[in-house]
Amino acid sequence: MEYILIFITAIFVNNIVLSQFLGICPFLGVSKKVSTASGMGLAVTFVLTLATIVTYLIQKFVLDPNGLAYLQTIAFILVIAALVQMVEIILKKVSPSLYQALGVFLPLITTNCCILGVAILVIQKDYNLLQGVVYAVSTALGFYLAMVIFAGLREQLAMTKVPKAMNGMPIALVTAALLSMAFMGFSGVDGGLKILFGLD
Amino acid sequence: MNKYFKIFKNGIIDENPTFVLLLGMCPTLGTTSSAFNGLSMGLATTAVLILSNLIISLIKNLVPDKVRIPSYIVVIASLVTILQMVIKAYAPEVDKSLGLFIPLIVVNCIILGRAEAFAAKNGPVESIFDGIGIGIGFSLALTLLGAVREFLGAGAIFGFTLQGENYGMLLFVLAPGAFLALGYLIAIVNQLRSKK
Repeated sequence: MEYILIFITAIFVNNIVLSQFLGICPFLGVSKKVSTASGMGLAVTFVLTLATIVTYLIQKFVLDPNGLAYLQTIAFILVIAALVQMVEIILKKVSPSLYQALGVFLPLITTNCCILGVAILVIQKDYNLLQGVVYAVSTALGFYLAMVIFAGLREQLAMTKVPKAMNGMPIALVTAALLSMAFMGFSGVDGGLKILFGLD
Repeated sequence: MNKYFKIFKNGIIDENPTFVLLLGMCPTLGTTSSAFNGLSMGLATTAVLILSNLIISLIKNLVPDKVRIPSYIVVIASLVTILQMVIKAYAPEVDKSLGLFIPLIVVNCIILGRAEAFAAKNGPVESIFDGIGIGIGFSLALTLLGAVREFLGAGAIFGFTLQGENYGMLLFVLAPGAFLALGYLIAIVNQLRSKK
């Protein structure tokens, strides 16, 4: 039950992009077409899950026992950068078709703040490994969902006439605001679920 | 002097990171629920930016080209860690309100972007001026966005109440308001620039 709560909260209530503002760069940058947006979403899902597991293990088995918790930021960003590179090399060898699909998005992921953000959040929230993984996967699905919906909206938007000053980024931001308002409709759902599952 | 002023002005106006280059959107949207939060995030980023620009312009000839980016990231991450400790020790309330966004300065594309685009090609003095210029441009943009959101959302600027007691458009303090306010601010900037 607890896992269902984490799952629903991370996707709808505290959506990583629309209410926590992490991963805005790819959200605004690569959302002009649904196909590229879903490619980016997939790549993030993949790396986010892996990175959370690895950073969690490093925090619990390397940093904490040696009193090195203050090195968290440096250690995590290096691990994420190395991991992204490794995933790229392995994918190239093992699954060329998937590599073709994710190709251009993989290097961009290192500087996607939702990866580092989620890795730190999992430690801050004091989750155990399984909870952390569920949180990472559902956060990534939330990212995927927001990306694809937003890309769909922007595809429609490209065909409309927009005042010159609003063209490009401003209108995209206003659209994102409307989408974010729509997701605000889910606020309170987590509280309701908590009562329903008797976790309070 | 003229040269340095030019670099300085370039960062604030011509290449304003938020309104013109559209970089570093996560902290821009995430920390501007009030003018003060925006300003403190801007200053924190400026501090890291100036120091990282300085260090990178000094070590640029020592670092082999292939491992350039990872070594820049290590420099930036170390600076951010120091900054995080300083803020925790001297301004715990800032640490509380910015929270996760302080360690996330590491992945702010402005910093790595300036390291790669400016500090890796210029001397230390120019790089410091570039850091100050871009940093002030970023801080101004964040403070402006924070002020707009705070004014519309809570009727105050920097905590000084300007509207009636019961005023409140909570939407602007919450997530959608960030997108909305930034969208319209960029549109206004676009309009002003196109007239010039």
